[in-house]
Amino acid sequence: MTQPASPTPNTVTHTATNTVASHPSASAAPDATAVICSSDSEQRNAKIRSQFPALNQLLDGYPLCYLDTAATSQKPQMVLDAMAQFYANDNANVHRAAHQLSARSTLSYEKVRDQLQQFLKAERREEIIFTHGTTESINLVAFGLTAHVSAGDVILIDAAAHHANIVPWQELAKRTGAVIKPIPIDQACRLDVSAYKTLLELKPKIVALCHVSNALGTVNPVAQLVQLAKAQGAITLVDGAQAVAHLTLDVAEIDCDFYVFSGHKMYGPTGVGVLYGRFDVLDNLAPLLTGGEMIKRVSFEATEFGSLPNRLEAGTPPIAEVIGLGAAITFLQTDLTPQIQAYETELINYLQSQLRALGEVHLYGAFDDNIGVVAFNLADEHHQDVGILLDQQGIAVRCGHHCAMPLMQSLNLKGCCRASIGIYTNKDDIDRFIAALASVKDLLL
Amino acid sequence: MTDSTMPMPSEADFHYSVQDAETLLARFTKAPNWQERYRQIMLLGKDLPSLSPELRVETAQVKGCESDAWIYHLEQAGKHYYLADSDARIVKGLIGLLLGACHGKSRAEIQVFDPTAYFKQLGLEGQLSPSRTNGLNSLAKAMLEATL
Repeated sequence: MTQPASPTPNTVTHTATNTVASHPSASAAPDATAVICSSDSEQRNAKIRSQFPALNQLLDGYPLCYLDTAATSQKPQMVLDAMAQFYANDNANVHRAAHQLSARSTLSYEKVRDQLQQFLKAERREEIIFTHGTTESINLVAFGLTAHVSAGDVILIDAAAHHANIVPWQELAKRTGAVIKPIPIDQACRLDVSAYKTLLELKPKIVALCHVSNALGTVNPVAQLVQLAKAQGAITLVDGAQAVAHLTLDVAEIDCDFYVFSGHKMYGPTGVGVLYGRFDVLDNLAPLLTGGEMIKRVSFEATEFGSLPNRLEAGTPPIAEVIGLGAAITFLQTDLTPQIQAYETELINYLQSQLRALGEVHLYGAFDDNIGVVAFNLADEHHQDVGILLDQQGIAVRCGHHCAMPLMQSLNLKGCCRASIGIYTNKDDIDRFIAALASVKDLLL
Repeated sequence: MTDSTMPMPSEADFHYSVQDAETLLARFTKAPNWQERYRQIMLLGKDLPSLSPELRVETAQVKGCESDAWIYHLEQAGKHYYLADSDARIVKGLIGLLLGACHGKSRAEIQVFDPTAYFKQLGLEGQLSPSRTNGLNSLAKAMLEATL
């Protein structure tokens, strides 16, 4: 072990790479295969980044290098402002009381439903249901379908799925006697399409997919997978939690029955999520939650439920969060341009190539078209050791099983480190991360 | 930790010496930066005995660690001895720091041990926070509970 040069914390910005001067392979200069980013994209990126106040801080003297956007994104000022503005001026319950404040609040809340309809290219506004997050959205569907599932029915689940897209289906299977079958991934960590086609011959009732793997960043050809599933008569759900901040979505093109995601991974607040459902399928879901807001008429003899979307939004919804989500959508519609999407792809490819250049790094499922995430381990070192030592240098990455234990099992891993980027991430973040990982390598290897 | 079906290390395995807390504090206060502190942590872990694979079982596992950690305890002549291991090097080193304060000590000594103050003195207070997944809190608790 050699003594890594000590960085001078307050000046660690671009020059942080000086700390790895003894690692020519980890130099800050991009190599020929990873030439990156026109100055135009960099200028746009700098302008976007300046809207995120949380990124501008020091941790133990090191500038924060936030590479954990896949866990939750930071929030732009306009989202914070929208929520503060709501509480300061418009706070009232929605859909109730004939007073002006409530009317204003309801209008703002329902406007976000319209925004989402347009954002997702849904056919009807009633196809948008507000939930508390992806997990609730999937639970709502899995519970709501109970009466439509019988003993022996098959449910196919993407082996790369997040636990939130596994456990609710297992519970549904317990209630109904349905059978869960995982759709395997191939050696390269992609969904095994030929195994999937074979499984579809079982005529599954439900197919649950992820759009982008939260642990690896691999992207599924969801439109193709959905088409194959529908040809066998399956109901399809796509978990878009890791896609929505990065890709331009079109549920009509994907043609799935359900598409779900969370607000907080797309620059919006925590505590709000979205369930898109094709109207006729959505309309047949039994409500998971019952109570206020979702009824038409209540008596002690019989209660009649209201119509969509309220029927699936029992109780007071997360109003301020929905309004914050509305601001996040406006932000994405303005700033997530094709150029910025291309810049994100360049950054991911740059990150992959710099990790390869560092040496003794294992990458998992690293493809050119990965979205947002790079999964890796440093030699045979424990991911937690790597994470702790990166944290000492202000680098925020996630280390663990990433709520995808079955995927880790199929990769024969206890866990891994995950660096994930967002719309505000820049090349300097990647260089600082690589420099920090080089000093971790010095300490551990 | 006293399940009769649980495999147990031999008594002799528990008898090894550790650096006491004062020596450790002296060693850590000399460390000029985080690199040196963590280098010392990992060196400390390296000096500890390892648990054989058959002893790395779930019944001995400490919950709340992102890495796996196992702990065994023996009381002899009023003193408490521990054997603990982890598959992560930093956690094993942190175990070494706890052992410096608890291994071979009496119940009274272990009960007055204040991990928060101790890790603060070591310059590692951040590691003991309950929101951390290194399980240090659970390990400290397990060592104390074993004496009760």
